[in-house]
Amino acid sequence: MTHPIEAFAARLQTSLAQATETLGLGGRWPEELPLEAIIAISLVSLAALSVAIVAGIPIILVLMERKVSAYFQDRLGPTRVGPWGILVTLADGIKLLFKEDLIPPQADKLLFRLAPYVVFGSSFAVVAVLPPFRSTVIGNLQLGLFIYLAVSSLVVLGIIMAGWSSNSKYSLFGALRGAAQIVSYEIPLGLAALMIVMTSGTLNMQHLVMDQMGGAHHWYMFRHPFLFVGAWIYFISTIAEVNRTPFDLPEAESEIVAGFHTEYSGLRFAYFFLAEYANVFVVSGICVTLFMGGWTSPIPGVQLLPGFIWFLVKVFALVFMMMWIRWTVPRVRVDQLMSVCWKYFLPISFVNIIGTGVIVLLDREEMGIELAGRFIGVGALTWVAGPVVVLILGVVAFSGTDPVSRRSTAVGG
Amino acid sequence: MVEPTTRALRTDTMVLNMGPQHPSTHGVLRLELLTDGEVVREAIPHIGYLHRNFEKHAENLTYPMIIPYTDRMDYIAAMNSELGFVLAVEKLLNRGPKPVAVPEKAEYLRVIVCELNRIASHLLAFGTYGMDLGAFTPFLYAFRDREQILEFFEELSGARLLYNYIRVGGVARDFPPGFHHKLRRFLKYFGPQIDVYDTLLTNNKIFLERTKGLGVFGIDKCIEYGWTGPNIRGAGLAWDLRKDEPYGIYDRFDFEIPVGENGDCWDRYKVRMDEMRESVKITQQALDQMEERGLLEDENFTAKVRGTLRPPAGEVYLRTETPRGDLGYYLQSDGSDTPARLKVRSPCFTALSALQEMSHGLLIADMVAIIGSIDIVMGEVDR
Repeated sequence: MTHPIEAFAARLQTSLAQATETLGLGGRWPEELPLEAIIAISLVSLAALSVAIVAGIPIILVLMERKVSAYFQDRLGPTRVGPWGILVTLADGIKLLFKEDLIPPQADKLLFRLAPYVVFGSSFAVVAVLPPFRSTVIGNLQLGLFIYLAVSSLVVLGIIMAGWSSNSKYSLFGALRGAAQIVSYEIPLGLAALMIVMTSGTLNMQHLVMDQMGGAHHWYMFRHPFLFVGAWIYFISTIAEVNRTPFDLPEAESEIVAGFHTEYSGLRFAYFFLAEYANVFVVSGICVTLFMGGWTSPIPGVQLLPGFIWFLVKVFALVFMMMWIRWTVPRVRVDQLMSVCWKYFLPISFVNIIGTGVIVLLDREEMGIELAGRFIGVGALTWVAGPVVVLILGVVAFSGTDPVSRRSTAVGG
Repeated sequence: MVEPTTRALRTDTMVLNMGPQHPSTHGVLRLELLTDGEVVREAIPHIGYLHRNFEKHAENLTYPMIIPYTDRMDYIAAMNSELGFVLAVEKLLNRGPKPVAVPEKAEYLRVIVCELNRIASHLLAFGTYGMDLGAFTPFLYAFRDREQILEFFEELSGARLLYNYIRVGGVARDFPPGFHHKLRRFLKYFGPQIDVYDTLLTNNKIFLERTKGLGVFGIDKCIEYGWTGPNIRGAGLAWDLRKDEPYGIYDRFDFEIPVGENGDCWDRYKVRMDEMRESVKITQQALDQMEERGLLEDENFTAKVRGTLRPPAGEVYLRTETPRGDLGYYLQSDGSDTPARLKVRSPCFTALSALQEMSHGLLIADMVAIIGSIDIVMGEVDR
């Protein structure tokens, strides 16, 4: 029987070999390496990867946000630091590094210090279950999706810690809003993810992607209308999860100054800032993995680009959409935010779950449904029936309502 | 028997101090909010952070020296503040032995700068209102266009914000060469641009949800509190001094008075958007009429006002329609070169006075929306 560490090393070596093959370096990997070398190489490459992700994602996204917002707003955005302003995020980072580290005298110092790292850590930890290409995922866990849902909800703890420990009323408002919002929106988010689990029968992120191979029509998003609606609910809920306009209430500048991080400065603020952008990337990545085929190509039978590139293309498309929304619409009010979640998303999600369940049931072999269904699938059929039903329901539900009357019922209590 | 848990939870209201340094209190307004969670139980406005003692100070200044100080009241629409004061002084002078005959060209220049300044002011109101509600982009669009107007004013008067342009007897400077072509180009560009803003913000679903039915203030309430300007027009009363008590040459122009229906935040906002269109119309007509009457080549842009101004003893009250409502000047002269008393009736002050009543039981976010919708400038409230 081999020693556990040796078995571990063997597994490491295989995955390293796989990784190098994916990157186009295949065949040059030595057959046998000393155990220490393998572990050292793995650790170094993991560390390098983490640094690249932790530092790289926000740097790119912050620049992207500034450029995208600038072009939306008829401005140029950053142009001074480096060509096309590429280095401006680095310059900002250095500036934040050298800023005075202020802790309000009345603050709860331990929690105040801890909060940024909780937010930052739980935002980045989720990267581990993101499969960026075929052979590699940092933590190839059977419970990958579950880990994502579990770890990402830790962010709210950090936000409450920050808001409470600052001992500032504006921070407290931000924290309470953040807690209410994130906890609420986790429910439609989780229900949307549950539909994926029902359809695929697995929680492993890599298996989810494998199941969607073979072109855009195999993506879960396009399997049947319930999943399509679910995908949009998921996407909108993620916007609420990462506190971006129109759901940026926890840091609503015009109302509560900067919300939960009002009192933070310097590097601690930078951690919140990094976490925000990491979060944007991660939730987009998860959304792509769950609904949009992850690293697979949207064109049936043609890979065209390496999987990693497809993954990034899709993720950045979603990130761009988030930015587009952010720089276009105003912010919703706190009661509207809640009513969107509890009155609309939640019932729709339940309908989605039931619908998905029925389709999963009908699609099983032993049901023996012998219609065109065996050939094109029940899900495909629902694409015809779905829009008709939605149209009828929509006409019934929204006829004769206007914003004024609905508002008065929302705030009445 | 088990007591309901809510009984055991002792909840308390919290005082939240909003301002004077707050992103959306439009200057240095300070609000003392008594909050119950997110709900505002009581909102007490505290003013005076921008008090400059303008009215008392004016008693020690000669009449032309006061004009720059009127700029600093409503610094967003300084031309309109100047106009009211200058008209009051002229009215007083015209009772005496040396009346002032304002040349026709000066009348047109005054209308043009005032209407342009109205556009600039409403653009700022539009942009900041978007920002109050969390939409950042309209703000930059508004400032982009406002910038063009400020550049016109800079070319005309040398200043971008506090112009000292309208003087007793006329205006300070004539149009620079080619100025009216630039103006026409801007008006041609800006007219359709308002539709873009309507698409971006006015008819946005979230914006409607945030502002429709919020802060409803009917005509009766408005009159009770002395509201004027776009605020009372938002409630549905077509009250505009340019039509109802025409001053200057406003009776020569053809324009509408936009009014709202319900008197909510959205109506007040929409009135401002529509007023920009009317101002574009007025400015265009003014340019046309100047051209027809051959005033563009005329070099007589100010009356000859010689020596120190000593209006005859007496008093005068004159009000004009600024972008924020009726701005009234009460001027009392004792025949010397300085006014014996100057009192300003500020439309922003009256608008602000209703805030306490309007904000009862609303959310903090609604407070911000209401403050933005009544469009106050603290320079004028505090004076």
